[in-house]
Amino acid sequence: MLRFLARRLLALVLSLIVASLVVFAVIEVIPGDPAAFMLGLNASPETVEALRETLGLTGSLPARYLSWLGGMLTGDLGISYTYKVPVADLVADRMAVSLPLALLALALSTAIALPVGLHAAARRGRASDSAVMGLTQLGIAVPNFWFAMLLVLIFAVNLRWLPAGGFPGWDAGIVPAFKALALPSIALALPQAAILARVLRSALIETLEQDYIRTARAKGLTRSRALTHHALRNALVPVLTILGMQFSFLLAGAIIIENVFYLPGLGRLIFQAITQRDLIVVESVVMILVFAVILVTFATDIAYALVDPRLRRRG
Amino acid sequence: MRPQLLLGAVLTLAALLAAGLSLVWTPYDIGALDIAAKLQGPSAAHWLGTDHFGRDIGSMLMAGARTSIAVALVAVGIGITIGVPLGLIAAARSGGWLDEVIMRGNDLIFAFPSLVIAILITAVFGPSALNAILAIGIFNIPVFARVARGGALGLWTLDYIRAARVAGKGTARISAEHILPNIANLLIVQGTIQFSLGILAEAGLSYVGLGAQPPTASWGRMLAEAQTMVTLAPHVALFPGLAIVFTVLGLNLLGDGLRDALDPRSRGRGA
Repeated sequence: MLRFLARRLLALVLSLIVASLVVFAVIEVIPGDPAAFMLGLNASPETVEALRETLGLTGSLPARYLSWLGGMLTGDLGISYTYKVPVADLVADRMAVSLPLALLALALSTAIALPVGLHAAARRGRASDSAVMGLTQLGIAVPNFWFAMLLVLIFAVNLRWLPAGGFPGWDAGIVPAFKALALPSIALALPQAAILARVLRSALIETLEQDYIRTARAKGLTRSRALTHHALRNALVPVLTILGMQFSFLLAGAIIIENVFYLPGLGRLIFQAITQRDLIVVESVVMILVFAVILVTFATDIAYALVDPRLRRRG
Repeated sequence: MRPQLLLGAVLTLAALLAAGLSLVWTPYDIGALDIAAKLQGPSAAHWLGTDHFGRDIGSMLMAGARTSIAVALVAVGIGITIGVPLGLIAAARSGGWLDEVIMRGNDLIFAFPSLVIAILITAVFGPSALNAILAIGIFNIPVFARVARGGALGLWTLDYIRAARVAGKGTARISAEHILPNIANLLIVQGTIQFSLGILAEAGLSYVGLGAQPPTASWGRMLAEAQTMVTLAPHVALFPGLAIVFTVLGLNLLGDGLRDALDPRSRGRGA
């Protein structure tokens, strides 16, 4: 287990380094000078030079990379050019919206997918299985931002149960905040729930064909007990994989969904930063998102090894 | 033919036909504005109604199909032409350093959320259909590399491949002449799935303004424009969404159906 952990940890550090190099390089290949790019066409050479100084663009390439990386590690993400505040503060503010949104959607999609997948696997080949599978096909095909628009039309405009957009902030109290996140998280969760339910069903069906399930059934266990007590645990590995991948989808999906609901999260921040050519914010937020995804992948790998000792050897 | 496969084929064909037809004919000119006829519901003259500029939604959907399909198809092409050779090389050198480098590179690309990369590319090069293709295509590379490697690994242990090797054929020739034809069905199935994912991705990108730019018609941008008037005229948002759903659903059903038809073992497993 220790060897396994060490190998995964090394891979984690390596991928973080390569990822940071890629993000840094992409920002560097911007045609011309980033400072001139940010200021637009009408900037005087003096202002561009002054910005170059503030941005730390004067050193050599490796020196700049190292200082950027060092800043990242110590939590100093630079100063936003348009907002004139530290990027770290901006990100922390926006994270207070994006993270709860992604977690809420993840919880919701799991809560939907688990019973649906179990039901479909238990009734494999029957009418209710086919109906559920047809519905999940539809769920996968629906773009979440379109689904979000329909939700707003029904629940916000017509029924007036929930707000159509915006975020009152956590200071306004838990209930209004959750109300504001309700429709966005449903819109995010449903397509993911459809995928998860399908994966769970096929993983369960595969485990149900194993000999030990037949043994359990021969011992007199009912079909549903064999399903929940033996098959479910063994079907968890593929489900964990998907859950790990879903976090990345949810983060990316949240970027779009936040724009549908005008939520002040990381997604809105990154779009505003692009239109205002605030490259420092773009660079930092992208790196943080990639960092989060790599970290979750790492955590999923470790989680497998805890669930299934056989996987520890593979490294 | 199973009903699922048939439905998938019909929906896919309908989208392809609409896109193809729009090259030579659409019911109305999508560039012509007719403000007097704006936001009309479905009628005999405009089957799917008109948008806020009085443009015919049906015609715009046809032209939008062209954009979606072209972007997703080229992105799949990028994935296949780069990913498959990489996967074949990795399988041929299985366990070696080249395999390790290729597969780790794959993992790395997977670590980047695709939308985030698309955003990065757009932030640097500006929004366009071409950049959307690039952003989606890059993520197809590791997918096809993985499928090709997985399929090829099992084949390398088979007797007829060993026979070809004994006969003096090199690794590259065996990969091209014996391995590739035998993993073609896997690649076709995966291609259908990536095609549908590409259509969803293109819609998402152009919805947030990072995809095809006006005047190119695009389903995602139609939805973005519809958002502000969805309460006044829900049909403006309804039809482009349905176009995406039906196309993606069709491709997914087609992919699933093809997998079942080509690989009997997977029958009824789903997912």
